[in-house]
Amino acid sequence: MDARGLAPWLADRLPAGAVIIDPVQLATYACDGLAHYKVVPAVVVLPETAEQVATVVRACAEHGVPFVARGAGTGLSGGALPHADGVLVVLSRMRDVVEVDRANQRAVVQPGVVNLQLSALTRPDGYYFAPDPSSQQVCSVGGNVAENSGGAHCLKYGFTTGHVTGLQLVTPAGELVELGGKAPDLPGYDLLGAVVGSEGTLGVATRVTVRLTRTPEAVETLLAGFPDTDSAGRAVSAVISAGVVPAAIEMMDALAIEAAEAAVHCGYPAGAGAVLIVELDGPRPEVAHQFEQVKGMCEDAGAFEIRVAADDTERALIWKGRKSAFAAVGRISPDYIVQDGVIPRTRLAEALTRIEALAGERGVRVANVFHAGDGNLHPLVLFDDAVPGEAERAEEASGAIIDLCIELGGSITGEHGVGSDKAKYMPRMFGEDDLDTMQLVRCAFDPAGIANPGKIFPTPRLCGEVPRRRTASEGAHPLVEAGLADQF
Amino acid sequence: MTTVTDALPRLLEASGGHAREGGVADAVDGLVPPYVVAPTGPRATEAVAAVLRTAHADGLAVVVRGAGTKLGWGAPPRRLDVVLETGGLDELVEHAAGDLVVVTGAGRRLEDLQRDLAGAGQCLAVDPARQGTVGGLVASADAGPARLGRGPVRDLVIGATVVRADGVVARSGGKVVKNVAGYDLGKLLTGSFGTLGVLTRVALRLHPVAEAGAWVTVPVASARHASALVQGVLHAQVVADAAELDRPGEGRAQLAVRLDGIAPGVAARAEQTAALLGTGAQVSDTAPAWWGRDLDAAAHGVTLKASYEPASLAVLLEAVDDASAAVGLPLDVRGSAAVGTLTVGLGGSGHGSDPAQVAAVLAALRGAADRFGGAVVVRDAPAAVRAAVDVWGPVRGLDLMRRVKERLDPTGVLAPGRFVGGI
Repeated sequence: MDARGLAPWLADRLPAGAVIIDPVQLATYACDGLAHYKVVPAVVVLPETAEQVATVVRACAEHGVPFVARGAGTGLSGGALPHADGVLVVLSRMRDVVEVDRANQRAVVQPGVVNLQLSALTRPDGYYFAPDPSSQQVCSVGGNVAENSGGAHCLKYGFTTGHVTGLQLVTPAGELVELGGKAPDLPGYDLLGAVVGSEGTLGVATRVTVRLTRTPEAVETLLAGFPDTDSAGRAVSAVISAGVVPAAIEMMDALAIEAAEAAVHCGYPAGAGAVLIVELDGPRPEVAHQFEQVKGMCEDAGAFEIRVAADDTERALIWKGRKSAFAAVGRISPDYIVQDGVIPRTRLAEALTRIEALAGERGVRVANVFHAGDGNLHPLVLFDDAVPGEAERAEEASGAIIDLCIELGGSITGEHGVGSDKAKYMPRMFGEDDLDTMQLVRCAFDPAGIANPGKIFPTPRLCGEVPRRRTASEGAHPLVEAGLADQF
Repeated sequence: MTTVTDALPRLLEASGGHAREGGVADAVDGLVPPYVVAPTGPRATEAVAAVLRTAHADGLAVVVRGAGTKLGWGAPPRRLDVVLETGGLDELVEHAAGDLVVVTGAGRRLEDLQRDLAGAGQCLAVDPARQGTVGGLVASADAGPARLGRGPVRDLVIGATVVRADGVVARSGGKVVKNVAGYDLGKLLTGSFGTLGVLTRVALRLHPVAEAGAWVTVPVASARHASALVQGVLHAQVVADAAELDRPGEGRAQLAVRLDGIAPGVAARAEQTAALLGTGAQVSDTAPAWWGRDLDAAAHGVTLKASYEPASLAVLLEAVDDASAAVGLPLDVRGSAAVGTLTVGLGGSGHGSDPAQVAAVLAALRGAADRFGGAVVVRDAPAAVRAAVDVWGPVRGLDLMRRVKERLDPTGVLAPGRFVGGI
């Protein structure tokens, strides 16, 4: 039976309105945050409980129907791109905070809970959820788990994987399993470590136990204007080599600043060729001491203006320019590609010079916004789709940037994930044996290859055994014989 | 298939001449391996691959040995044909000091690695007293006190080269800290006790060595008191880098909190912490004698590792007291109280190696596991004890784990029987 054929059966088992087959409604789910990939799913389901998710996935497994899980749909790599013949499992109705356990510094949430809401809820208790992707106002914790989301503050606090201690997972066979819990080091393989960041290819998280982080005693944020990215880069190196671990160090170049100014009027220093945002947090005496150090290092590296946020309002204003940078680029260019690559931080100056050159060669401009502390670049390749050939040249420049990241010893993605967008680049970073080994893990979870197929891996591995597949001797499925369904 | 007895020529060829017959000194849990292979030199990884291809083809059971410091952990292997020594894979491949990253052969000794890094004012953020090899650290996932502030071993591993059971060499991750390309096999291998693959090379993130440090110690009166103290530290904003409990079965219990940072900051935080811990708290610039030392087999005969929800520390300690009373054996407890892992030692007074007694203690503690939300496993014990008791206890997600093992080691040659559920 195909996905559409499952719809009536699913509609009987899910709440009213939870199964969508209307083409107009289906079309609204055709893409995630990477809008130039569009695929209309065959069916959308909106389950409200883990059992309902398991019911849907079991049905998919039974009939070999692919499924894709989707949170808030903010991902930037097409990780939640639907499958045309598949079921899109939308988790936005599962947004209960099941428990805030302050004593254990944990919260238990459903996957649809919005990242920032969890922090807002726990902040009065002195806690927050540390991973803070730029989309945190809307993105879901389940999506963070799928993508192993980072954010500006993961320089100090690490990625989502370090903040998830337990998961309830619906496996691609439709089993409901518990991995980990509130306690550390439960015996066995670290399956959590494999599942977090697996982009929905190993199952669907239906409940997430997260670590809550104590709010720091003190936070200090500065904005420094530099004449160019080289001098800003020197400041970053000085800070890191002094053994200071800032909560965040972010850099924007002239073009990114121009865009942010046009969009949100953040009032960054006029004439800056680069700005750095440096945030320190922790115990007050340490922050105070190191903040003075950092200011000195910025001045020594050539900063011509340093602004210190006097309070949370001013801090928010400094961050506003940075956090809105991607969208802001729309103000200075009709179209753009957001790239996400990583280089060893010490190669920053070299990388920026070469990015500029390879964009120039292709006649496109690149605005740079990046997590400078960990070498995670977000070059924004600007182009105008109305100009013939420009989109192709932009795509080419974007690909060349990825090759550069690999050449410099980095990664094709630091936080946006591989998804649909970068599967083609995986063989540039990993060999056949590497990818094959990863897919052996996938086969352990998903022998039929129905969980978010087509993502991460350019070539699916056949797992060698597919449960419930009928053999020739069993004959065709009765529905196939009756011409009521196709089997694949 | 060749028989075990005639595998030496093939192992010699595979390892480039670094194979020999095993002897009593090579025994693992009383099993004397017919062969020992110790690849070395620039082509050691290829040699490991060739050895595993041979093992895979011939069905030879392989146990990996680094420095051998934790070889007595886990269940005894069901079979043993080859001990694969990784000490020759000790090349320091790259220390990118400016990036706070090191790439090293898995056989490199931790003490050597820490020395390599010290010149740049950096360290691998596990307790400096940890012994063994990098590969052993990753395979056992045992970080010591530093874990509270710096995270578990899995967070330090950013890239891994692993030789699969069938001899295929695979990499995952890379040498940058921020990287979400592909599955994170490094995490899957961390704590896998050599049952999923043989680590040959590891990329690790580093941390700067703190400029200053202090310990604040306080006597602990009871289980409830210990829990209250730990809760106080966890919910404060002093940012403790480690918090360790030492609670001998006979003697005085103590909690020690470590603060790392810059000198003026540490001094202020130590005072704050002392005030928080209350009566009897003392600030010191030297560690308590027991700090970072595992309750080990030599002194304790048998050790168990308990993990628990941090807020349930008192429940666990009371369960230990109950077990101690029931068995009539003093039980020592030491570990990372604020993380949620403690080691329980049974041999404090020279007893505790009797399988029946160990089984009784295990049963008592596991009986309370639902209440402290964790698990109890046997860590160090004579092979006879480990053969007689359930080393790993109940395991969540075991079916999935078995499937992972079956995919990565379909013929079951890597340390068969060592891990959970007989994996």
